[in-house]
Amino acid sequence: MTGQKLAPNSRPETGAFFQRDREWHPPAFTPGYKTSILRSPRRPLVALNNTLSELTGPVFGHDIIGELDNDLIYNFAAPGEAAIGPRIIVHGRVLDERGIGVSGALIEVWQANAGGRYRHKNEGYLAPLDPNFGGGGRIIATEDGSYSFRTVQPGPYPWPNGPNDWRPAHIHFSIFGHGFAQRLITQMYFEGDPMIWKCPIVRTIPDHHAIEGLTAALDMQATIPMDARAYKFDIVLRGRRSTLFENRLEGN
Amino acid sequence: MAQTLERLKESASQTAGPYVHIGLMPNFCGIGGVYAHDLGATMVNEKTKGERIRIKIRVIDGADTPLKDALVEIWQADAAGLYNSPSELRGSADPNFSGWGRQATDMTSGECLFETVKPGRVPFIDGRPMAPHITAWIVARGINIGLHTRIYFGDEEKANAQDPVLARIEHRNRIGTLIASREGDTYAFDIRLQGDDETVFFDI
Ligand SMILES: [Fe+2]
Repeated sequence: MTGQKLAPNSRPETGAFFQRDREWHPPAFTPGYKTSILRSPRRPLVALNNTLSELTGPVFGHDIIGELDNDLIYNFAAPGEAAIGPRIIVHGRVLDERGIGVSGALIEVWQANAGGRYRHKNEGYLAPLDPNFGGGGRIIATEDGSYSFRTVQPGPYPWPNGPNDWRPAHIHFSIFGHGFAQRLITQMYFEGDPMIWKCPIVRTIPDHHAIEGLTAALDMQATIPMDARAYKFDIVLRGRRSTLFENRLEGN
Repeated sequence: MAQTLERLKESASQTAGPYVHIGLMPNFCGIGGVYAHDLGATMVNEKTKGERIRIKIRVIDGADTPLKDALVEIWQADAAGLYNSPSELRGSADPNFSGWGRQATDMTSGECLFETVKPGRVPFIDGRPMAPHITAWIVARGINIGLHTRIYFGDEEKANAQDPVLARIEHRNRIGTLIASREGDTYAFDIRLQGDDETVFFDI
C-alpha cells in the first residue's frame, strides 16, 4: 500500500499549511468558461484551520512506479515502435512556497497526442489517434523534489465553448505533496505559444503572473542534441508553518 | 524598505478537464497495459481491521444532473483513528489500510462507490475528538479548483452533535449536507455543487 521511508534524521513536518491565496487561483464561477456556470459553488467556503485530517496525506512509494511510467513515447507503444511527434523532456522541481523541495511528491500527467487528440471515448476531434500513444505517465520526485519525464509535445485542439475556442498545447498535472491540503491539479503551457492568452480556461486565472507561472521555459541546456528538446517546469505547492512556537495539543 | 520574504506563490489551479481519467484512472477509461491497476482503486484487503462499509457518492450540478465525468478522492483515518501518513506521529496506522481512495463517477449512472472501513475518531486541534469523518476532494471539467468537503455518518448523531468542525458552521441548516445516510452497509452521499442545498465546501 502507501508509505515510504524518510531520511534517518528527518522528522516529518506537522505544521499547518499557509492559507491558500484565493485571489491568485481561478474563482469557481468563470462565465467565459461555460461549464463552470453550473458547476461552481456560490456560497462562501467555510474556513477550517488544518486538523490532522488535512495535515496528513497519502505518500507513495517507488514500488508503484513501472520502468516506463515516465516515458510517454514508449509506455503505450508496440515493441520497436514509438509515439509520433516532437520529442521533448519535461523536467523541474516540486517546491513548496518556502522554496523547499517536496521529497517524494507524486506527479501524474496526461495529455493529447501530437495532433491534439486524446485517447478517450468522450473525445470526437477529427485528428487521428496515434496507435503508439496512450497519453498518461507518472513520476515520484527525488529527495530534493526533482522530476522529469519524456513525451511528445501535444498539439492544440478545438473544444466546444465559444464557436471557435482552442486550447493551447498543454500537459495536465496532478500533484500529491505531504498533506492532503496540498492536493493540486493544474496544467502546463509552453513558452511562446500565442494560444495561451486566447484560452478561456487559462483566462479563468485572474493574474497574468500566475499564468506565467504555469508556462514552461524552453531549456536548451537540458536539451539532448539530435534527440529531444527540454522544457523546464517547476511546480509550487503550499508551504507550511514551523510548529516550534505553536500552542497546540497534537492529539493525545 | 524591509527585507523580502522570498516566498514562492503556489502554482495556480486549473480544471482537471474531461479527460482526467487518462492520467489518473487509465484502466477505467480503457487504456490498459500502462499501469497494472488504477491507483487508489482499492483501499482495503482481507486483513484490514474495522467495520466494512461502502460509500456511494454522486456529484450533482446546478441543473440537478449528476456529473458523469467527475473524479472523487477520499482520505480517512483507519478504524483506530490513525492516518497512514508519515505526518501521523501518534502511532502506526493499520498497514493493510491505505486510507486513500480514488474513483471516477460512472459514465452512465453518475455514481461512484468506495469500499472502505468506518474511520475511528481523530482529535481536533485542541485535542477534543472529532466525529468520525472522511475528507473528500472533487475535481471535474468546469471545476476550476478542487473542492474539499467532509463526509460524516448519519448513525453517529451523538458524535456529530459534539464535533468541533460542524459546530463552526454558522448556518446550522447546512450541516445536513455533510452527513451521509446509512442503508445496510452503504452510506449515500450527494455532493451538490449549487442550489438551495449546496454542500458545504471548506477552505482548508
Ligand atoms: Fe486538455
